[in-house]
Amino acid sequence: MSKPFDFPKCLKRNTFHYCPGCHHGIVHRLICEVIDELNLKDKTIGLASIGCSCFLYFYIDVDILEAPHGRACSVATGIKRMRPDLFVFTYQGDGDFSAIGLGDSIHAASRGEKITAIMINNTVYGMTGGQVSPTTLLYQKTTTTPLGRDPQREGYPLKVAEILATFEAVAFCARSAVNNPKRVKETKNYLKKAFKAQLENKGFSYVEILSSCPVNWRMDAVSANYHVDKLTEVYPLGIFKELPPKK
Amino acid sequence: MRFEIILSGFGGQGILFAGNLLALAGMYQGYQVSFLPVYGPEMRGGTCHCTVIISDREISSPLVKEPGYLIVLNLPSFFKFIPRLRSGGLAIVNSDLVERRETEEFHNLTMDKEILWLPLSSLAEQAGSPLALNMCAIGAFNGLLKLFSEKIFKKALREMLGKDKAHLFEVNRRAYLKGKSAIKNLKESI
Amino acid sequence: MKSKRILVKGVEAIALGALAGGCNCYFGYPITPQNEIPELMSVELPKRGGVFLQAESETSAINMVLGASAVGARAMTSSSSPGISLMSEGFSYLIALELPCVIVNVMRGGPGLGGIEASQGDYFQAVKAPGHGDGKFLVLAPYSCNEAYELTAKAFELAEKYRNPVMILSDAILGQMKEPLTLKSPKIKTLEKDDWILSGAKDRPGRVIKSLFLDSAELAERNLKLKQKYQKMEVEIKFERLAEGSEELIIVAFGSMARICKEAVFNLRARGYPVGFFRPITLFPFPRKALCELAESHQKRKKFLVVELNCGQMVEDVASALCGKGDILSLAYPPSVLPFPEDIEREIIKCLNLSTSLNV
Repeated sequence: MSKPFDFPKCLKRNTFHYCPGCHHGIVHRLICEVIDELNLKDKTIGLASIGCSCFLYFYIDVDILEAPHGRACSVATGIKRMRPDLFVFTYQGDGDFSAIGLGDSIHAASRGEKITAIMINNTVYGMTGGQVSPTTLLYQKTTTTPLGRDPQREGYPLKVAEILATFEAVAFCARSAVNNPKRVKETKNYLKKAFKAQLENKGFSYVEILSSCPVNWRMDAVSANYHVDKLTEVYPLGIFKELPPKK
Repeated sequence: MRFEIILSGFGGQGILFAGNLLALAGMYQGYQVSFLPVYGPEMRGGTCHCTVIISDREISSPLVKEPGYLIVLNLPSFFKFIPRLRSGGLAIVNSDLVERRETEEFHNLTMDKEILWLPLSSLAEQAGSPLALNMCAIGAFNGLLKLFSEKIFKKALREMLGKDKAHLFEVNRRAYLKGKSAIKNLKESI
Repeated sequence: MKSKRILVKGVEAIALGALAGGCNCYFGYPITPQNEIPELMSVELPKRGGVFLQAESETSAINMVLGASAVGARAMTSSSSPGISLMSEGFSYLIALELPCVIVNVMRGGPGLGGIEASQGDYFQAVKAPGHGDGKFLVLAPYSCNEAYELTAKAFELAEKYRNPVMILSDAILGQMKEPLTLKSPKIKTLEKDDWILSGAKDRPGRVIKSLFLDSAELAERNLKLKQKYQKMEVEIKFERLAEGSEELIIVAFGSMARICKEAVFNLRARGYPVGFFRPITLFPFPRKALCELAESHQKRKKFLVVELNCGQMVEDVASALCGKGDILSLAYPPSVLPFPEDIEREIIKCLNLSTSLNV
């Protein structure tokens, strides 16, 4: 009998420090599976960013560099320009990628850097205690919007995938979630497409993954998992841009 | 031996080009040189000046308070720099843009200094381009001081013009020669 | 054999020095007065198989340097004062991650937007705290085109030797003036880096370059390690001393200001004034011992006149180095007002005539 499911080779056997119900662990695993399947471990450099996922290197057994807050795409640019033969991905939260690092992210995408950016969008600053982020939903309560996000004060949710999809140099751009098995599979598929877009030198690739944050959403793990469905009303899932294969 | 020269005029009169060329020719002649431009807003239309030092010893300060030589291409430069000219110093002044009578009431400025009036703009036009007045000035200056040879002037000019402006070589050389013979005639007439 | 002399600006000498030092990638953002560096690099690096990229900001530029350095590049950026401030977070990370690179600051007047004239106002920023935390740069201050060329080339070797950023601290006068540069091929060592750079985890476990140490004992150990490294850098100390020790007054200055002062000192010595000259070339580590030795020589108490294009910064390092062994005087020219050698001469004579020293 064959084993349908195994522990990914480059996933370290460390216990995740993430809170119960958090989706980081699922995404970490998916990344490891795709790295294994595409046989990329020998040439991968991962960029850890600032936020809950800065301990990426506890879990993924590839070369990892810790980028300053928001700068992962710039650091990745420096790496990839010097070593185009390496496979480079960034792993960032919505605060890191779309608030403090939006300039770095947008310009790396617009230059068509041959890197893959993964943005975990859980609509809050998880590590610092649940403050409002650019992707926070309207009227969502956070520790710095105690009465809810008011569009007159904090503006509207920033739709990064939709923005990046308009860029000529973006090769692949998609949004997914991991709150049910079908979506987990879909996310893995997107990650694989994004990684391949880089390997084929097609341009910048981006996968945004809607993720739960039970602690900062003040919910139990199960409710938070269901709550991700609500996020999809504002942040629709799917592929926003995909360049055809190179001839 | 040490020559300190300030060149001054309007932006666009080729002050920095002339100063740079002077330094380059000085270097090719085997001297120590320094060239300090003023840059920034003055590159875009105002008055513009630069300092060139040519010496047979190491040059420490590139800044000169009281130069021994001046090349003055317009009126504001006259009033700005003639007071700084060292006593006993020499200035070549563009008489087309600095009229002598406009400066007469400032006679005390020039008492112990030698001012050589040359119609540099007209000479440049005769040479074929009003834009070459900077080379007329360099021709006059080197005609007086003989710091570098004709051959080295040509080498420096060619390098300064580069490939893109190589076609301007002849007109600049003619302007240089015009300035050189004009100063010779002037000195002989004095 | 006669070596080739070319007439170049100080900033061009820096760029050429970088190429001679093996620089293979440059990231930067335009700012006056150093734009000739990226312009020259944008032509020369691609020719040599290197990488040039103009970033969208200084913040991005320094982080691109960070990434390139982590995969073993000889990476460089250059900027001027306001841009350097923007990079300072990156500086702190580079120090913490022990990543080598060369950073050029062609200082201009500040604070704020300031001006584009020469200044030495970033002395403290460069030598005391280039970024947050306890980090230090090795700081080199050239004063001529030849020195700018040689020190920049050497900076790449030093950066790798200590796995630490090296800063070339220059200013708008040296940056924009032209003088002859003698082109040599400096001997710059290349160090083995395979044991620490990121290159893909082939036949080895994944490697991590990080600066987060939540365990306080671990962080303290980390800081002590860095401190020991800064102490080791003291073997790199360089200075120029034109003083026998019998003088009454020693001028201390660096960079462009040192050139103006040197002229003044030469002029006064020719006229018989008992004046000497001391120029730190490494600003960090600072030549404390050499200054002390000078102060103690000939058993004669001397005055030390520190001349700077700022409101008085290096004078604090001179005072701390001498520790009371000399009388410290500060001659500080705030950014943008440039003194002539004659002005310095007058000030020196004034100081020589002072029976007691001014307190600073």
